[in-house]
Amino acid sequence: MAYDCTDTAAFKGVWVFCEQREGKLMPTDFELISEARKLADELGCELSGLLLGENVEGIAKELGGYGADKVLVCDSPLLKDYTTDAYTKVICDVIHEYKPEVFLIGATNIGRDLGPRCAARLHTGLTADATHLDIDTAKYMDFLRTSSTIDVDSQKFNMEDRNLKMTRPAFGGHLMATIICPRFRPQMSTVRPGVMKKSAFDAAKAEACQIVKPAFELTEADCKTKVLSIEKAAKKMVDLIGADVVVSVGRGISKDPQAGIKLAEELAAELGGVVGASRAVVDSGWISSDHQVGQTGKTVHPKIYVALGISGAIQHVAGMQDSEMIIAVNKNDMAPIFGVADYGICGDLFKVVPQLIASIKAAKAAE
Amino acid sequence: MKAIVCVKQVPDTSGKVAVNENGTLDRASMATITNPDDLAAVEAALRLKDQTGCEVIVVTMGPPPAEGMLRELIARGADRAVLVSGREFGGSDTFATSQILAAAINKIGVEKGDVVFCGRQAIDGDTAQVGPQIAEKLHLPQITYVADVKVEDGVVTAKRMLEDGFMMIQAETPCLLTCVKELNEPRYMSVGGIFECYSKPMDVFDYNALKDDPLIEVDTIGLKGSPTNVFKSFTPPQKGAGTMLEGDDVAAQMAGILAAKHLI
Amino acid sequence: MDFTLSKEQLMVQKMYREFAQNEVKPLAAEVDEQERYPEETVAKMAKLGMMGIYFPKKYGGAGADVLSYAMAVEELSKVCGTTGVIVSAHTSLCAAPIFENGTEEQKMKYLPKLCSGEWVGAFGLTEPGAGTDAQGQQTTAVDMGDYWLLNGSKIFITNAGYANVFIIIAVTGTVVNKKGRKVKEISAFIVERTDEGFSVGKHEKKMGIRGSSTCELIMEDCKIPKDRLLGVKGKGFQVAMKTLDGGRIGIASQALGIAQGALDETVAYVKERKQFGRSIAQFQNTQFELAEMKARVEAARLLVYRAAMKKQAAMEGSKEHYTVEAAEAKLIAARTASDVTRRCLQLFGGYGYTRDYPIERMMRDAKITEIYEGTSEVQMMVISGDLLK
Repeated sequence: MAYDCTDTAAFKGVWVFCEQREGKLMPTDFELISEARKLADELGCELSGLLLGENVEGIAKELGGYGADKVLVCDSPLLKDYTTDAYTKVICDVIHEYKPEVFLIGATNIGRDLGPRCAARLHTGLTADATHLDIDTAKYMDFLRTSSTIDVDSQKFNMEDRNLKMTRPAFGGHLMATIICPRFRPQMSTVRPGVMKKSAFDAAKAEACQIVKPAFELTEADCKTKVLSIEKAAKKMVDLIGADVVVSVGRGISKDPQAGIKLAEELAAELGGVVGASRAVVDSGWISSDHQVGQTGKTVHPKIYVALGISGAIQHVAGMQDSEMIIAVNKNDMAPIFGVADYGICGDLFKVVPQLIASIKAAKAAE
Repeated sequence: MKAIVCVKQVPDTSGKVAVNENGTLDRASMATITNPDDLAAVEAALRLKDQTGCEVIVVTMGPPPAEGMLRELIARGADRAVLVSGREFGGSDTFATSQILAAAINKIGVEKGDVVFCGRQAIDGDTAQVGPQIAEKLHLPQITYVADVKVEDGVVTAKRMLEDGFMMIQAETPCLLTCVKELNEPRYMSVGGIFECYSKPMDVFDYNALKDDPLIEVDTIGLKGSPTNVFKSFTPPQKGAGTMLEGDDVAAQMAGILAAKHLI
Repeated sequence: MDFTLSKEQLMVQKMYREFAQNEVKPLAAEVDEQERYPEETVAKMAKLGMMGIYFPKKYGGAGADVLSYAMAVEELSKVCGTTGVIVSAHTSLCAAPIFENGTEEQKMKYLPKLCSGEWVGAFGLTEPGAGTDAQGQQTTAVDMGDYWLLNGSKIFITNAGYANVFIIIAVTGTVVNKKGRKVKEISAFIVERTDEGFSVGKHEKKMGIRGSSTCELIMEDCKIPKDRLLGVKGKGFQVAMKTLDGGRIGIASQALGIAQGALDETVAYVKERKQFGRSIAQFQNTQFELAEMKARVEAARLLVYRAAMKKQAAMEGSKEHYTVEAAEAKLIAARTASDVTRRCLQLFGGYGYTRDYPIERMMRDAKITEIYEGTSEVQMMVISGDLLK
């Protein structure tokens, strides 16, 4: 480790690792570039994307449309598919050469394989799964005011501090921690996909984006692992427990069970989730038992749980009460489900759900 | 042939978590468990032992009470345990931790035919960094997110999970694998294993035991050796009572809330 | 008097609890509903050494202790009475008598396979005409020179449909006792499922522990080799009684587990169930009922653990008897189980009467603990017999 990263003043520039798979950029790359643009502006420096692959130069300019001033492209057949050794070597060598101050990586399965290896080789700090990034201390204090229970104004902050403040969840999300890497460079963080917002695409900026092709050395002998194959998963049984979103149906669908289930499926599809059911629905034979949530079914804690036409009896609630956000739709405003829901809509699910689907579609299109 | 498994004792965050007023975790109020991904790593090593008769060594960096966890892992079938413990190691971030564990593994010895297993991530730190960083420091090839593994003639073939599928990857031993809890069903301790576990060997590596390893310097371990520091820690605001949405545009309101929270 | 469990006992208790939650509890309702012997669970328990917990490693056992065995039956029974009795009957009523009375050859032949779970064991004493009056044995075993010939039947035999090895008590002749009266000479035998003339008959439909395989055993000119005599000829009744002493510790553990399991379910339920605007846990009747029941269960626990530790001491060579302690443990634990499950069901109210909740099954399972392996009345005979001698 001859690389010395302690002369922090020598490091300039914000870089984002732009992951590509099968020649396509990952959605998280655009989110990260958008967010990193703000950091680069606060630091008064350039934002660069770092793209590795084979024949990928053609996809690089799109990153400019979200705010990248330039994209460093490293092209080689040995970089076509991700391998830890090839990517780590090229990235670390290029970072050694160009000395960026900040280096962000999307926390995909691959990003989380790459990030720590690079940080170790570069002898620098890495924060995992950051959900919020700040340079400017005043902005960070505003963030704390809205997102924490800290009494911000009674604490001392160094307003001149320009270190990257990387906030992330710990202890299964029960605690938030802001991490800094004051003595080493680059300051590295992986960022969860879907957390940062993608900015609007600017075609002119994309055109203006510079492509740079840094020199690098890479041979087969550098790769200590071999990729034998890459495969997509086949369709499987409903995974209620692993789902981020569960849309469940209850006895409220009884006037037209199949239509009710179809609505739940459409809503689940819009939200990126799966369909669950109360015991009443399973027992009536309207859906198979692997969909059952509750005392005699599965216990789930997704990010969003939508209860459609479910009364909220103990046996069902026991299976979903720890969900991060609970949305309930029920005709009866006294239904116990409203006691555990974060958001309640009193109405007929057959009317409300189509409206919800339409509204969500509209909101997504507006982004 | 050896299977070396790195394990961590963590607070059980799947239940209710108590937080002190200053924003730090009330660790005393929580039970400690063996990190779930690490149990998968131990099970993978034990299955390798079932197949090949290799020696399984479990290693942890932690305070003396971590011995209880190591004995439980021996009761599941591990042959030997190493507890890496010392005041000098306290306060380490993932970089420093991996430095220390790499030195401990060097002392145990890694050679052709051996596999180092780690869990993908711990449920307290949730970083997934220590495994790959140990691999880097030991100059071992790594395969992360392993959901299936075969070892034959010194070559590891692993199924590495992607979000929507997987990669089949091959590497020569010695190498390091990080395992996800979906990899397998960890076996229980056996009655016989429990009643023998305190008579199996457990080494304690303190600072003196490791200080001669070039990886161990004053500025590579402990708080001083940690490139990252915690600037602030805090709890997110509590969940309040629910809101009943009213009006003709409840659907639009709900969609708006979901959009504002980046949930769609 | 040290009430603390050793490090190993705490570890093994932790394992039993995890195993019971993950492997046994999910099947309990189905095992009861379908009257299904949970073969897959028995296989899993066997792998973990739970079918030979306190026997020495030399014979394939796990090398643990009697208390660890009692705790296993307790933890299993908390979630499934059937699974608890499978282990209890196999261990205390079949493996134990071979361990305590067998020749070295018999021990080496049977114990490793019983401890590994490759073979399951059962015990045949009870007959249609001989329950509490065990001396009313009619099954005969005639010495034919180079084999024994058994004739007769046994009923209500736990594990029968799945066992490979059976301890059978039979009449081998008549002797004149010290008082000059002619009495039956009773001996113990090891019978294997594959022996000629041996068959398993009718499966009983029961009120509770419905997954337990309870059947008749039929011996019709059943031929067994001479080396199958267990212990000394004529001492079979003593073998049976000593076996039951150990068995009672197992059943007392089962009863204890059922009672505790019922209590655990009830505590969770009363916190959730709301009536009159509050959880029913907030009503004093609920609180007092639960408190009183818990104290009784704890008392039963101490009796069971004491009996187990006395048996352990006896195994380790102390000259102690544990007959009375075992009887006291079973008497109290069984009554506690019946009482607690009934009162817990009452706290559940209407929901408790449905099969949605396990409490009605626990109440049905509890009852048998007051009856088998010596009725509560027999336990009182044993205790008073010792008290008043």
